[in-house]
Amino acid sequence: MSDAVKEPSMLLQKEMIAKNYEAITSKNETGRKVASTFVPGNLNELLMCFGIVNNLPEINAIQNGMRKLSGSYIMEAEKGGHSEDVCTYVKADIGMMGKGNIAPNGKPFPEPDVLLLSYTGCYTFMKWFELLREQYKCPTLMLHVPYEGDGHATKNMRDYIVRQLREVVIPGLEQVSGVKFDIDRLREALRLSAQAEEHLVWTLEQGKRKPSPIDAYFGGVYYIGPIFTAFRGTPEAIAYYEALRKEVQARIDAGQGPVTPDGGSFDDQKYRLVVEGPPNWTNFREFWKMFYDEGAVVVASSYTKVGGMYDLGFRHDPDHPLESLADYCLGCYTNRNLPTRIDILAKYVEEYEADGLLINSIKSCNSFSAGQLMIMKEVERKTGKPGAFIETDLVDPRYFSAANVKNRLESYFQMIEQKRRGAAKAA
Amino acid sequence: MTIDTTSKPTESMPTETMPATAEIVERCRSLYEDLDFSAARAWKAAVPGRKVVGFMPVYAPLELIHAAGCLPLGLFGGGDQMEVIHGDAYYQSYICRIPRSTVELGVTKRLDFVDGMIFPFVCDVIRNLSGMWKLMFPHVWSKFFDTPQNFDPEVGGRYYVEELKELRDGLGTLTGRKISDDDLKRSIALYNENRRLVREVYAFRARAPWKAPTSEIYLLMRAGLMMEVEEHNRLLVAYLAAAEAEDRPKRDNVRVAVYGSFCEQPPLNLIKSLEMAGCYVVEDDYALVNRFITEDVSTDGDPLEALATAYLKHSVETSCKYVPNEEDKGKYHVAQVRKARAEGVIYATPSFCDPALLDRPMICRRLGEAGIPHIAFKYAENSGQMQPIREQAGTFADSIKLWS
Repeated sequence: MSDAVKEPSMLLQKEMIAKNYEAITSKNETGRKVASTFVPGNLNELLMCFGIVNNLPEINAIQNGMRKLSGSYIMEAEKGGHSEDVCTYVKADIGMMGKGNIAPNGKPFPEPDVLLLSYTGCYTFMKWFELLREQYKCPTLMLHVPYEGDGHATKNMRDYIVRQLREVVIPGLEQVSGVKFDIDRLREALRLSAQAEEHLVWTLEQGKRKPSPIDAYFGGVYYIGPIFTAFRGTPEAIAYYEALRKEVQARIDAGQGPVTPDGGSFDDQKYRLVVEGPPNWTNFREFWKMFYDEGAVVVASSYTKVGGMYDLGFRHDPDHPLESLADYCLGCYTNRNLPTRIDILAKYVEEYEADGLLINSIKSCNSFSAGQLMIMKEVERKTGKPGAFIETDLVDPRYFSAANVKNRLESYFQMIEQKRRGAAKAA
Repeated sequence: MTIDTTSKPTESMPTETMPATAEIVERCRSLYEDLDFSAARAWKAAVPGRKVVGFMPVYAPLELIHAAGCLPLGLFGGGDQMEVIHGDAYYQSYICRIPRSTVELGVTKRLDFVDGMIFPFVCDVIRNLSGMWKLMFPHVWSKFFDTPQNFDPEVGGRYYVEELKELRDGLGTLTGRKISDDDLKRSIALYNENRRLVREVYAFRARAPWKAPTSEIYLLMRAGLMMEVEEHNRLLVAYLAAAEAEDRPKRDNVRVAVYGSFCEQPPLNLIKSLEMAGCYVVEDDYALVNRFITEDVSTDGDPLEALATAYLKHSVETSCKYVPNEEDKGKYHVAQVRKARAEGVIYATPSFCDPALLDRPMICRRLGEAGIPHIAFKYAENSGQMQPIREQAGTFADSIKLWS
């Protein structure tokens, strides 16, 4: 396969991520502190208040998946007693430690100074950081974000999170960094966050156009990159989204679809899909190709909401900084109950005029996967549009079966065609 | 509900002669095996307006359900006696078995008399099941019950008290009656009695495991989560007396602890197989619920505060709970092993159980550091082939006898 063609915004993002890896791996020279933390419930603005660099083990696992390294890391972890049944992000991370703990820039990851366990929407996070804590013996700050079991956040949940921020997280970060908390610094970062969030929402909503100028799943994982990682609350994130907007606007003006990794403009869009679930990372490009080769573009996805549901109106609010962080954590996609997830997906199918819902069910991610068959059935019932189900994994190459996935996708597209013909006849 | 804290023989047991353990165990077995829940249905039918509230593993404040005048009904999946047909259509092959058999119980109308369901925080699968239940059974009051992972009374405690209030209000709406503090205190007293007796039974088992085999204790505890607490208290007293009085042969078994089995339960045959393989199980985490709180809950002051304090300060370490300090991880297990004088640990987990399997390396490492031999295997609630498990447990028992 030739080198993937990347848009300028993708290259810009690559530079940003590389810069962050440099900041992480040079901590012993610069003296900066490093926190490991998670994407959902990511408190980047808060970490910035203390000058702490943000390292995200999920992103490291994704990087290793895309670089075809995760398979050997996972096996290394399994040799060490980790079950074949559990989250492969965790095993890729643990296995990476066992094999030298080398960052994507080729330099060794330093030990983190703090584990910021922002426990939002995924049980595994808790165990993941208990496992890392065992290795690193560093302070661990737990932020428990209650699950929206009844489909909404309550005042009690919000107060609980704010109290934890005040009593546990902020004092803990002050201690680790030696920097006194300045709420005005946080407000300023949140102000920048809200601007970037506006840009992101605009970008994602362009999926409503025909042809869609974006792919909201395979392209979407690039679009969410800066906001979901170490750049929310920075001017760099705003610069990135401004550049992205220009690209998307140019495609809209030219009536073009997204640029594919092959370099072509994907204009001939036969099928418009909403996708639920994370992508497979080990065969990302091959997976994406299966879609555009068949003329399928993803117009909306739930994965691009795991780090915040900005499209539903949430913005970080500098006037209510801690409360705003609490609301952000509560509202991440996997922290919402099943009926709410169904409503969101059905709304996407309707609003983005999709042909149906495709679920990529991840073998080792129960937070997403448990209940997805019911999600499919319910979204089908609500929208009258056909759903389909494929199964892969996050970063375990053993669970990506290209032939199976391709067969199922082809069958699904035939189903959509049949449905269209039926509708045309009825009309 | 009339509350009677005195322990006396149940109606179904002869009063003139003490029942034998076999008789008690048989009754428990029939409750445990009855997937139509006839006893709970009969309880509900006996008095108009009665409500039944189901709960899943691993902990729910049963005192609140009891104080609302409801029967708390422990639901631990379908075991190995039920064929899952519909439930499999709701889950991929890589999801554990308990949610699919619980769905099976629901869609086959075996739970059509259950008015409310509490889904305590165990893992993401049970968490998501709570939402599925809302969609599948919209007439059932369904509640995801999220216990705090911050154990500071001023932080997690304050949150938890409010959650308990919400639970109390929900139960009040379900039953149409307000739960007063006095109602709740009376229920707490009854459950304190239950916890004391439960602890006594387990202590008795640890002292004389040949007199109280785990295959019996397990049924005694599982049945207890399907009946009124007053009745269970009487049953525990009766069992203790009968087991003490009976003479049973002491075998040359090793003493083991079993961990990792707190949610999806092993089939009874698996528990028996461990015993047949030469193991006395003297400590375990099967089902937990009635052992989750380790001390009496205070009956003074605000009862919700008391329940919260008990959870924060006096509850077991299990995989669904965060351990704030690294040095404390696994300490509970090591201490329990020592207390029960177990010679080894069998870490037996359901397949695809995130909490137990993610914890396994950490707990096993701590056991290793403490010089406690251990083995691990996986099961499902419907596991049928016991030979490999018997062989593994038998070899483990032999190795302890020979080399420990």
